[in-house]
Amino acid sequence: MTELQQANDYTDTLGDFEQGTEQYLSFILDDEEYGVEILRVQEIKGWDRVTSVPNTPHYLCGVLNLRGTIIPVVDLRIRFDMPAREYTPTTVVIVLKVEGGGQRTVGVVVDAVSDAHNVLPEDIRPTPDLGAHVDINYISGLVPVDDKMMMILNVDRLLSVESIG
Amino acid sequence: MSIDISQFHDVFFEESFEGLDAMESGLLNLDVGAADVESINTIFRAAHSIKGGAGTFGFMDVSEFTHVMETLLDEMRNGERDVSSESTNLLLETVDVLREMLIAVQQKTDTDAQRIAEIRQKLEAMLAGEASEASGVTGNPIEVDLTADMVESTQITIGWNINFRPHQHLLQTGNDPVRMLRELETLGELAVVVDDSKLPPFSDLEPEDSYLSWQLTLMGDIPKEEVVEIFEWVDDECDLAIEEIVGESTVAVENTAGSIKDESADHQVPIIVVEQAATKQVEDAKPKASSATPATTSIRVGTDKVDSLINLVGELVITQSMLGQIGDSFTQDMLPQLIDGLAQLEQNTREMQESIMRIRMLPISFAFNRFPRLVHDLSGTSGKKVELKLSGEQTELDKTVMEKIGDPLVHLVRNSLDHGLEMPEVRLAAGKEEIGQLHLNAFHQGGNIIIEISDDGAGLNEDKIFNKAVEKGLVDASEVLSPDKIHELIFLPGFSTADVVTDISGRGVGMDVVRKNILSLGGSVSVVSKKGEGSTFTIRLPLTLAIMDGQTIRVAGENYIIPLVSIIESLEIKSTDVKRLSGKGELYPLRDEYVPIIRLYEIFGLHPKSTDLEDGLLVIVEGAGQKVGLFIDDLLGQQQVVIKSLETNYRKVLGLSGATILGDGTVALILDVPGLMTLYKDPSLAKVLINDEQVA
Repeated sequence: MTELQQANDYTDTLGDFEQGTEQYLSFILDDEEYGVEILRVQEIKGWDRVTSVPNTPHYLCGVLNLRGTIIPVVDLRIRFDMPAREYTPTTVVIVLKVEGGGQRTVGVVVDAVSDAHNVLPEDIRPTPDLGAHVDINYISGLVPVDDKMMMILNVDRLLSVESIG
Repeated sequence: MSIDISQFHDVFFEESFEGLDAMESGLLNLDVGAADVESINTIFRAAHSIKGGAGTFGFMDVSEFTHVMETLLDEMRNGERDVSSESTNLLLETVDVLREMLIAVQQKTDTDAQRIAEIRQKLEAMLAGEASEASGVTGNPIEVDLTADMVESTQITIGWNINFRPHQHLLQTGNDPVRMLRELETLGELAVVVDDSKLPPFSDLEPEDSYLSWQLTLMGDIPKEEVVEIFEWVDDECDLAIEEIVGESTVAVENTAGSIKDESADHQVPIIVVEQAATKQVEDAKPKASSATPATTSIRVGTDKVDSLINLVGELVITQSMLGQIGDSFTQDMLPQLIDGLAQLEQNTREMQESIMRIRMLPISFAFNRFPRLVHDLSGTSGKKVELKLSGEQTELDKTVMEKIGDPLVHLVRNSLDHGLEMPEVRLAAGKEEIGQLHLNAFHQGGNIIIEISDDGAGLNEDKIFNKAVEKGLVDASEVLSPDKIHELIFLPGFSTADVVTDISGRGVGMDVVRKNILSLGGSVSVVSKKGEGSTFTIRLPLTLAIMDGQTIRVAGENYIIPLVSIIESLEIKSTDVKRLSGKGELYPLRDEYVPIIRLYEIFGLHPKSTDLEDGLLVIVEGAGQKVGLFIDDLLGQQQVVIKSLETNYRKVLGLSGATILGDGTVALILDVPGLMTLYKDPSLAKVLINDEQVA
């Protein structure tokens, strides 16, 4: 029920909901467009200083106080081995709900939030195997959006305890 | 008007469990032969309110069962029955069964009907033997019971003739004979003959008067009390005659006699058998109880604590309105007022915090109360004589800590009983009192609560422990260890010296689990033992898990918090004082010992402006029984911090016990001193942990 409400909220603000489609929130990372299921998004907030945690991978920026709970924040640029960039006013933290061994909340730093898209399940194309060039484990499919391509991220795999530890 | 009484169920269960605890401790304190009336009264009252409550809420099984128990207690209370050890033991078993029944009702699971019936039978058998005891025969009550029952068994009760003749005004007192007749019918086969000879002509009939009387025949082996009870309320408003119908049903006689014989045989074989069964069943029942956690838990809070909170809230409101006024029309010259106001606010907040923490604090007697019973049962099973002494029961402890410390305490007490205290003859041979002493003590020390479990038993057998540790590959046979170090060995995983694995202890998972549980509460456990004189286990626990005093420190531009309790001192040092061990490890001579220096930036992989020891400070901390010096850049303020878990959304990080949120909303990490030491000894562990998890 709450999920439905939440979906409706997003529909109001981000676009029209169409029958039979799933909504994805897209965001920009080094001029590429990525998407996550919109129901996984808990909130979007501006970048704020985080506290770094010693002896953790370099892509883990640190931990953040989200209204009293401590959540880890991952910089997706660094996670995907893209060149690091100064945080700007459009830099945002997308707070995502991650399943697997109980629900956890994890924040990801992206360059900017782009749009919400309605995607028909049959429009999702499989990811071709690029061998050692790109790790495609974290991408569950590709979707053409206008003249661009949106990569749909598998949030549970990308942000599992093992992968961000 | 209908009220949903199920909303009161929780209160009923809570009160009933408290009542059962009271009954249990009351029973254990009863002196056989010379019980004081007040303690029997206490037990009786507890049973009575459980019976009443259970009846009100429709838990008929419970209320009927309690009724039988209550009857027995009533006889004791009226001095009609002596307090014997059999009856106390039986009553203790009854308390256990009653507790199981209540748990079953609470969690809506099935009860062990067989066991309930068994105990109930025993209670009834004991009740049936009342005549013999009243006759004043002492000695072996069981044998007397038996003979009395045998005599009775040749002419047993097969029914009752009741002549019930209500007075004219019975109906006006609100009583209704029809209901009583119906209730009699539930006891057995009932034949009713109405006598309507007094019925006047219709014209003279007063509708509110009673004219009828009854001749009732109730068949069945029914105790007289049950019959009498039905007429209890109308005692004064009727003529009542109850006569016993005696019959000679040979089959029945043999059966009853036989079963009584069997039971007495059970009793005469050492009581241990019965008790063992009882303790076992209690143990069996426990996991069941803990696996299904009740939906809500509640705390009873003394009114004084609530009152003090209300006072504080009042003060807080006053301070708030004062500050509000200052804010409305603030001018520069009101600054002193503002500062005063803020100071006031700080004080109010702190007092309020303390008061609220106090609500969660319960006296440790909640954890201690189960031990008299445990010791009573275990000493019965093992044949050891033990005197249990409890002190400091009023020491208060956070509820969460209390719940988690229960099992480790039970384990330690069992250990003391099983391994520590000797058999009476061994004690006498060693020139000690025959009765072993077991002492549980609790007190506050600083921000900690200390719980001591001491016995005057054999003490730890150092040779045996050492040999065992060698055998298990925990130490090398050539190592020379001080007695203290040997005592420490018992806390290692997989260590157990019991020659025979007994029911009481010796499963070999003992002490390391105890230590792990206590460590997970942020506490520590240590042992002091002297061979032949006994052992003392000391548990040190923080008063609360949620809040602690922290010292904020700065390392390479990052702020961390060290728990204040683990800090011994902070000092500036000269590089020339630092000694080197094999050119690598740094040691600082602190008075009469050398303390290893841990450069915090190094093990955390940070890059400070200066790595010169003279530019920073050395904080001497203690953890896991060892002192180390943490090299940091600067000490900042001290403050109380609320501990938040890192694991909720992330994972455990070696060297950190959690995080907290500072006044400005940012997060600061709390250092875990023992974890830092582990990290210092093997820096690769930080990475290994990650790799392990990646593999998994």
